[in-house]
Amino acid sequence: MKTKIETATAPGRPKTLRRLYILTFIVLAFTGFGQMPIFKRYGLSSIPGLGWSANYYATHYIHYLGAIFLIALMAYTAADFFASRRKYFRLTKAGVLQIALLSAVVATGVFRVLKNLPDVVFSPGFTMFIDLSHLAFMMLYFLAALFLLITGRKWLSPIQR
Amino acid sequence: MEKGISRRSFLKSGLAAAGAAAASTVALPESVKGAKETELATLIDIRKCIGCEACVEACRDVNAGKYPVPSKPYPKMYPSSVKVSDWSGKKDVTDRLTPYNWVFIQHAQVVLKGKKEELTFPRRCMHCQNPPCADLCPWGAARKLDNGISVIHPDICLGGSKCKDVCPWKIPQRQTGVGLYLKILPSLGGNGVMYKCDRCYERVAKGELPACIEVCPEKVQKIGPREEILKEAKEIAREIGGYIYGADENGGTNTIYVSPVPFEELNKAIEKGDGKPHFKKVADSMAHVDNLAKAMVIAPFAGLAAAALKMVSFASKEKEGGK
Ligand code: SF4
Ligand code: SF4
Ligand code: SF4
Repeated sequence: MKTKIETATAPGRPKTLRRLYILTFIVLAFTGFGQMPIFKRYGLSSIPGLGWSANYYATHYIHYLGAIFLIALMAYTAADFFASRRKYFRLTKAGVLQIALLSAVVATGVFRVLKNLPDVVFSPGFTMFIDLSHLAFMMLYFLAALFLLITGRKWLSPIQR
Repeated sequence: MEKGISRRSFLKSGLAAAGAAAASTVALPESVKGAKETELATLIDIRKCIGCEACVEACRDVNAGKYPVPSKPYPKMYPSSVKVSDWSGKKDVTDRLTPYNWVFIQHAQVVLKGKKEELTFPRRCMHCQNPPCADLCPWGAARKLDNGISVIHPDICLGGSKCKDVCPWKIPQRQTGVGLYLKILPSLGGNGVMYKCDRCYERVAKGELPACIEVCPEKVQKIGPREEILKEAKEIAREIGGYIYGADENGGTNTIYVSPVPFEELNKAIEKGDGKPHFKKVADSMAHVDNLAKAMVIAPFAGLAAAALKMVSFASKEKEGGK
């Protein structure tokens, strides 16, 4: 969670945050896809050491841990941006798009978490909406991330002084 | 035991049909009708069951229209290790759960008051209060209704069998060659539709009793608001020095069994396996993540606190640098 402490000069791009975020993203994507019945079917779980990937309760638990870390990371990053990087960087359109999609993934995920609580019952239609939209927003986010990676677009651009 | 068997065969041929005919007028108890938001539970008093299978027949009659009608030949599956689940040629099987048989009668030879006896009891979906099948279904095909019934929607289910994998009793049963997967990527994803007892939810919505409850000549089952059912189950258990199953299993289910012998004993005595659920103690499957959900509330504050700490240390470093 700790970024490199910047010196009195302008802060740079948050590299440590980026790495932590990519790692969290990989864990969440893997365990998220693991919620679909595909790892066993396609033999992934028969690879030595990956047997656990077909255990829905295991991947679900790790997905929750990843989600907790992601939410903390998002709060940290937002505070860090507003407090120390806003003067030197501005959010690009690509950044805004990704943040919006990521927020939608998180929001639908939060509703999924609520659904799993013992005393919460959503209507069948809403249950289906949040289940499918969580996956759909994630796929959109993933495609957008891929596009940004290929075109070399970044979330932040330095403000010329 | 002889008595039980002869009584059963008699009832199978006669009483079941009579019961089914007469029962069409029976409705849900008044307490249930008024209790819209209340979870309904069933009480299954094992002592009363004579194993006549009238409930099994009634379930099959009433739900026949919901049974799968698979289109053949089945799509070629990739990878080839993926097996089809085809029960369409074995629709008559009634000694286990199948896509065409949502309730079956389990038998247990036990010693009761020093005498050998055979107990019989219906087994089907437990309708968990927090059903992992519905919580964890990736598509929202399995869902829990307000009245505590869990159902799998046959037009949405892709037959991946996750609900069965996460169900502590492995209740849902798959039929290949039917459902939405045929219209998406039939060879690469999905494998049919999962079927299980839906507690006759349409009948319940109309204020009628589930078929298996209505037809039972011995009134083995009863349906009502969970609190009342649980209270009654406890009273019976106290009276007979008996035991309860379902009050806490998997965090609590909407099916409460009462038995004159401990469930560990019943569990040892029954035939178990695919489509033949156990009677073991079951911990709450969702408890571990429900605890994590609390940590999720704290997560953003933890992130903000970490950022504040960083700023404080950054400011003091700057101050030091400025000296
Ligand atoms: S529950 Fe009732 S209908 Fe079913 S087998 Fe037992 S006695 Fe017969
Ligand atoms: S018994 Fe199994 S199928 Fe039935 S509600 Fe519980 S988890 Fe779902
Ligand atoms: S409640 Fe309805 S669907 Fe379930 S076992 Fe009884 S008759 Fe069958």
